[in-house]
Amino acid sequence: MSLNIRTYHELTEADRSGLADQIGAQRRRVADRLASVRRVVAVLSGKGGVGKSFVTAGLARALARSGRSTGVLDADFNGPTIPALLSLPVTRCTLHDDAIEPAVSAEGVRCFSMALLLEDGRPLAFRGPETEGHVWRETLETATLREFLADVAWGALDELLVDLPPGVQRFQELTELLPARPAVLAVTIPTPESRDAVRRALRAANDRKATLLGVVENMVGGPFVGSAADELAAEFGIPVLARVPFHPGEDVWENVVSKLGSSL
Amino acid sequence: MKFLCVECDRQMQFEERQLPGDGTLAAAFRCPTCGRVVALLTNPMETQLVASLGVKIGGTTLPPQPLETVRGMVATGKEDAFDDGRERGAGSGPSWSMEAQERLARVPGFVRGMVKRIYLDYAKDRGIAEITPAVMDTARSELGLEGM
Repeated sequence: MSLNIRTYHELTEADRSGLADQIGAQRRRVADRLASVRRVVAVLSGKGGVGKSFVTAGLARALARSGRSTGVLDADFNGPTIPALLSLPVTRCTLHDDAIEPAVSAEGVRCFSMALLLEDGRPLAFRGPETEGHVWRETLETATLREFLADVAWGALDELLVDLPPGVQRFQELTELLPARPAVLAVTIPTPESRDAVRRALRAANDRKATLLGVVENMVGGPFVGSAADELAAEFGIPVLARVPFHPGEDVWENVVSKLGSSL
Repeated sequence: MKFLCVECDRQMQFEERQLPGDGTLAAAFRCPTCGRVVALLTNPMETQLVASLGVKIGGTTLPPQPLETVRGMVATGKEDAFDDGRERGAGSGPSWSMEAQERLARVPGFVRGMVKRIYLDYAKDRGIAEITPAVMDTARSELGLEGM
């Protein structure tokens, strides 16, 4: 004869652990911190090596120069490059009202990155059991993203750009953590291979009902041949915001800011 | 995660958490009707998975520290990544015994400032005048500070 065991949801007595409540409190902390951020913009491509971080940094600097309060969250924890691209000063992270102060570029871009925390030249490694790391590593990286969103004193921002690593997983984690859907700016290079990878990423963004701002085609005029940006723009009904040559001037980024105009 | 005393048909209540220091965790739950106690024992991988979520079995009593999970879990952090000079209530809180100071000095610099704040908050919260290794051990178990 089987035992009569009530189900999880039938047990409703107060529980000191309150694990679901703890998760809820984490989400509220993110929402509270971002209440003063007008818009979160995810910079994604789905493809590695197309210059997402380069585009993120160039756009962030141009936004700041145009008078907008701008932040960059470097969500590429395993290959963080934003501090170098923004020429951030080497500094220790300071505590301020139970949050960490972001680093600030000469143009006023507020930034936080794993690069500010890691020993020079060492990979991101977590403490924990030496085997079966795949079970918990992604969970820890999601927790890292949550804390970068919630525990950095971003302040009042017009835009918080989130520089994502290749693939769509971090984007999906981001959308689960944010209180509102982010806007998305896609970066590609001209090739068909890049187009196909970025298409998948944009479909993932569509699935999450994100607002697609447009596509930036990077590394134009060199060895990479194709029309990825035009094809993606036609397919998703979004503008081509820029075609960025290998050695762009500042005017390229200022044109992007201008084209984004009221959509930001 | 909940525990049911099937015989009494009552939800068991969290009683105590122990961290032996080998990556495992023990959490005891008691039936409010019959008093029976059962212990949940997790292996290091299971302990790590729960910690990765940033939650604590048995709940939390202190507010979260900024970047608490990152500082507690990153093994390759810079020793001097954080400027922890501005401690809350510095100078007016509990004192540290010599042994406790020595133990704190062995904590990696990346996380030391946060660990110090947590122990200070714990001691203040409970009216403890001096932080000793015994206080640190108790706090570790009560707060679920694996590896701190």
